Amino acid sequence: MKIEGMTVRFGAFTAVDDVTLEVPPGSIVGLVGESGSGKSTVAKAVCGLVPYSGKITGVDVTRVQMVFQDPYASLNPRMTVAASVAEGLRLPRAARDAEVERLLELVTLPTICAGRYPRELSGGQRQRVAIARALGAKPSLLVADEITSALDVSVQGAVLNLIRSLREELGLSMLFISHNLAVVRYVSDVVAVMQKGKLVEVGPAEQVVGSPQHDYTRELLEAVPRLRS
Amino acid sequence: MRQLLRTATGVIGLVLVTLTLVIAIIGPVIWGDEAEAVNAGAALQGASAEHWLGTDHLGRDIMARVLAAGQFTVTLAFLATAIGTVAGMVLGLLPVVLPRRLGRFVTSAVNALVAFPSLLLAMFTAVVAGLGARGAVLGIGVAFAPSIARLTQTLAASVANADYVAAARLLRVPRWRIATRHVMPNIAEPVILNLTTVLGGSLVAMSGMSFLGLGVQPPSYDWGRLLFDGFARIYVDPVVAIGPAVAIVAAGVGFNLIGEALARSVARTPARAKQGGRTAKAGKAAGSQPVEGAVLDVKDLTVTFPGAVTPVRGLSLTLMPGEIVGLVGESGSGKSMTANAVGGLVAYPGVVTSARMRLCGEELTELGQAKRRKLMGTSMAMVFQDPMASLNPALKVGGQLSEVSIVHQGAGPKAAWDRAVDRLGHVHIPDPEKRARQHPHEFSGGMRQRAVIAMGLMGTPRLLIADEPTTALDVTVQRQILKLLREVADETGAAALFISHDIAVVSELCHRVMVMYAGNVVEELPVAALATDARHPYTRALVASLPDMETDRDKPLASIPGHQPSPADVGAGCAFAARCALATDKCAESPPLDRTADGRAVACWHPVISKAEVAVP
Amino acid sequence: MFALRRLIRFMVSLAVLVVASFAMIHLIPGDPIRVALGMNAPPELVAQRREELGLNNPLHEQLLAYIQQIFSGEFGTSFMSREPVGQIIVDRLPNTLALGVLATLVTLLVAIPLGMWAGIRTENGRNRGTEIGFTSTTGAAVAVPEFLYSIALVVVFAIGLQWFPPAGREGVASYVLPILALSIGPIAMVARLARVETLRELGTDYIRLARAKRLPEFRLYFRHLLPNTLTATLTIGGLLLGGLIAGSVLVEYVFAWPGLGMRMVESITQKDYPVAQAIILVYGAIVLVVNLVVDLILAKLDPKSMIKES
Repeated sequence: MKIEGMTVRFGAFTAVDDVTLEVPPGSIVGLVGESGSGKSTVAKAVCGLVPYSGKITGVDVTRVQMVFQDPYASLNPRMTVAASVAEGLRLPRAARDAEVERLLELVTLPTICAGRYPRELSGGQRQRVAIARALGAKPSLLVADEITSALDVSVQGAVLNLIRSLREELGLSMLFISHNLAVVRYVSDVVAVMQKGKLVEVGPAEQVVGSPQHDYTRELLEAVPRLRS
Repeated sequence: MRQLLRTATGVIGLVLVTLTLVIAIIGPVIWGDEAEAVNAGAALQGASAEHWLGTDHLGRDIMARVLAAGQFTVTLAFLATAIGTVAGMVLGLLPVVLPRRLGRFVTSAVNALVAFPSLLLAMFTAVVAGLGARGAVLGIGVAFAPSIARLTQTLAASVANADYVAAARLLRVPRWRIATRHVMPNIAEPVILNLTTVLGGSLVAMSGMSFLGLGVQPPSYDWGRLLFDGFARIYVDPVVAIGPAVAIVAAGVGFNLIGEALARSVARTPARAKQGGRTAKAGKAAGSQPVEGAVLDVKDLTVTFPGAVTPVRGLSLTLMPGEIVGLVGESGSGKSMTANAVGGLVAYPGVVTSARMRLCGEELTELGQAKRRKLMGTSMAMVFQDPMASLNPALKVGGQLSEVSIVHQGAGPKAAWDRAVDRLGHVHIPDPEKRARQHPHEFSGGMRQRAVIAMGLMGTPRLLIADEPTTALDVTVQRQILKLLREVADETGAAALFISHDIAVVSELCHRVMVMYAGNVVEELPVAALATDARHPYTRALVASLPDMETDRDKPLASIPGHQPSPADVGAGCAFAARCALATDKCAESPPLDRTADGRAVACWHPVISKAEVAVP
Repeated sequence: MFALRRLIRFMVSLAVLVVASFAMIHLIPGDPIRVALGMNAPPELVAQRREELGLNNPLHEQLLAYIQQIFSGEFGTSFMSREPVGQIIVDRLPNTLALGVLATLVTLLVAIPLGMWAGIRTENGRNRGTEIGFTSTTGAAVAVPEFLYSIALVVVFAIGLQWFPPAGREGVASYVLPILALSIGPIAMVARLARVETLRELGTDYIRLARAKRLPEFRLYFRHLLPNTLTATLTIGGLLLGGLIAGSVLVEYVFAWPGLGMRMVESITQKDYPVAQAIILVYGAIVLVVNLVVDLILAKLDPKSMIKES
């Protein structure tokens, strides 16, 4: 997938300014930036949730799926897990249950969760349901917008591992958005840094983190809190 | 229904509405003939044994007429409600279905109409549709439509903006299916709830129209019309107005109270225990002496809420001057509640107990109210998580700072203001004179957090409690605030209690770290030991699950299976045992927080003592 | 900027109102003059009235004439009393406004402190008795219509105790009962609102911080809490004001108050269309002006709400 010259304006405010970014097939591109950098707006634009100018090529835009930040808001409280996951499936009724079961297994959720409502699940479990729902539509691109920032650290690892195993097993292409550089570095092949609507640096993850070229990237890296030993 | 009966309001409402409906159903059958029986000889009588509420100009019994009129009155109210609801919901849902521009037009038209008094709309419609029940019902229906439309609209818009609807759109779920599966079920409850109130409202409004002579016309009659007839004689026989008036009040109030009770049961305000909101001193722990020279010395701090919810369980904490102590834990571990308890901010119905709670050498629970207020107001400063919310939006920033000096130090307004400006400058806010005169919304997030810290510096802070002060901030701003906090601690020699979920942040700022899990401190250790030498399995797992810039990208990240028990579900024994790889039968017993000679403490039967790395699976 | 946009919205609403009040007569099914004068009215009279209202002219000319009338403040002539409608309005409007403004003041002065007190007392579910008492009393009070309050007040205080005159507008005493009748419902409504707002604001971090600063209660509640509850309360309270003006129609009717509302009811029952049309227009305009003023004041009070709007 390739984004070319994407610009998003809200009235007089330019949230995304001429962003060009490529997501090679089967790889995870991490998009980092601080609040107001426009990274989430890029995510929404790629999914067609906000109007933009510019081009998106190399991907069937109707098969882009998204996983949202807040696992408490992204599931309909009045639908069971199975019903939510089944929403994207275009399958005959008979095949549906089996497919839901397969998807839940894929995101390592016990099958017993299928009949439960979101309120009965923990944050990490909900996020898995949201991922399973997105996978059901056989996405050509998965957009993950801050999917671990509402989770506790002890649960975050499991979700990040799941994301990585999904790429390995399914060859999924992914746009992974987060404010947390360490998280982005861990899951992404390519890291892109945004500041005030502009893309300031793009490169292989280790390279961007190891030898940043742009001042802003350096500033971000220096600000990351580190565990002192 | 069962929930309705739980409150007195609901019971009264239910009784009144049932009574109204019963009268509406059986009224005409039982009293219909009597209500129509003309008796010229008994015209215009007052109350008597025969006619409790008197008779009208044709000698008909008013009591019978009131009872017989219930059906017509209630029917008209139902009709008006139906018209209003259907029209309102259609108008309200139109913007969801219509193209954007047209939808926006409908929205603004509805907004304009809502501002318009319904009685005027009803009268307008009644003029056009002609005098009589038909015109009035139509008018009231039309008059209620805008507010129902607006309610539907607001609800639908909030649901339509929900992430789960965005997700459904991305899954190409058809529009009508989004409307029926996602939007409708989630707005139905509040709309139906609102209907009871509308029903009562339209009954009253209909009666009002009839009372003005603009509604039901003779020979038909409803309660409003009977009141109209009675009103003409009110100076002679006030009793003739009582019947219809009471009927209207009973029905109107009944429907409203039911609506209220329903709303309350949906909001689910749980029944609260009687006592609470207080701080008490528990029995002195044997053999424990206050720590000399400590800024804060807390022993066996427990916070309980009704229903055996205990977010903090016997926590002890000592802060020496100049010491920065980090309190880390995941959400629900009780770390913020600890901050609130120390700050004396646990709200009713929470109960705080402690064996010792000393601030600057004074036992707070034994201090008089005025003294405690002054001590805490000047020597303790607090910083909260959300800088956007912690300054009063209505007041100038300078004023919010200066009042500390005015209230606690008896400073004059001018001197206090000057100090406020000085303090703002001290926390590196540029152009403090100008900034002091601004409102918080003119400040950025980082700047607001600085202002809050400056507020703590108005007195002579001995203790700084910072509850996730950088969580809502960007990393670059976080760095600046952390630097400022350290600066402030160094310069004032104050002790600081720094609460965070982020061990990396804690490790950068603090001298000593306390790890909380399920309301208990499970480990206390110097910050240098955090990364590699933690002894509690939970601390180690927490450290391992945190990805950093050096994490091996080829290995899976560590994570802890299961989840932390909620404050209501913490049982006996080690709360972490269920998630712990090292747990044995022994862990069914609560491990004490064992203090060792090196000043460390761990609450675990199987602490990891050896320095040799225990690889995390 | 906000003021300008708001002003434009006001002008548009006003235009819609003018057209709607103009259309009222034309929306009446059949011949409005026949409807008004009855089937047996002499044909000459019907023709004369038609001419008077200009009903024979093309619609756009009628609208133009109607607008000209409004600007000249004439509004035509009453079908029944033959008075100029403009004069009726000039005579009666002050009486209605006096009632409305005084009732609004009473409402705000009583309701806001009451709601705040209830909110502070019942914070976090404390004092459950107060909470139930407050919510059920106000819940019931809201549901009782102003005309029943009026009748009850008349029966008790005018007929029974004879403390106040039962009707008419003569002297200060005659204002007491109508104002009371008009404000009880709104007081209950605004007090509920003020309580909910108070409870919401009490839960915010800035109040938590103010408490952490150990401010005295008076300062906490009046300096920190009040300004923030006020804006939200007044926003909805502004809408309520419109309802209060409408409520005055019924109250005027009970107290035979020589205001616009009383006259409007008469004109509607008598099918005196020119009068009804003009009074509905005036009422509508009052509501629009009140809402405009409330919005402008709020924008001044609370700079945040302005930002939210844009």
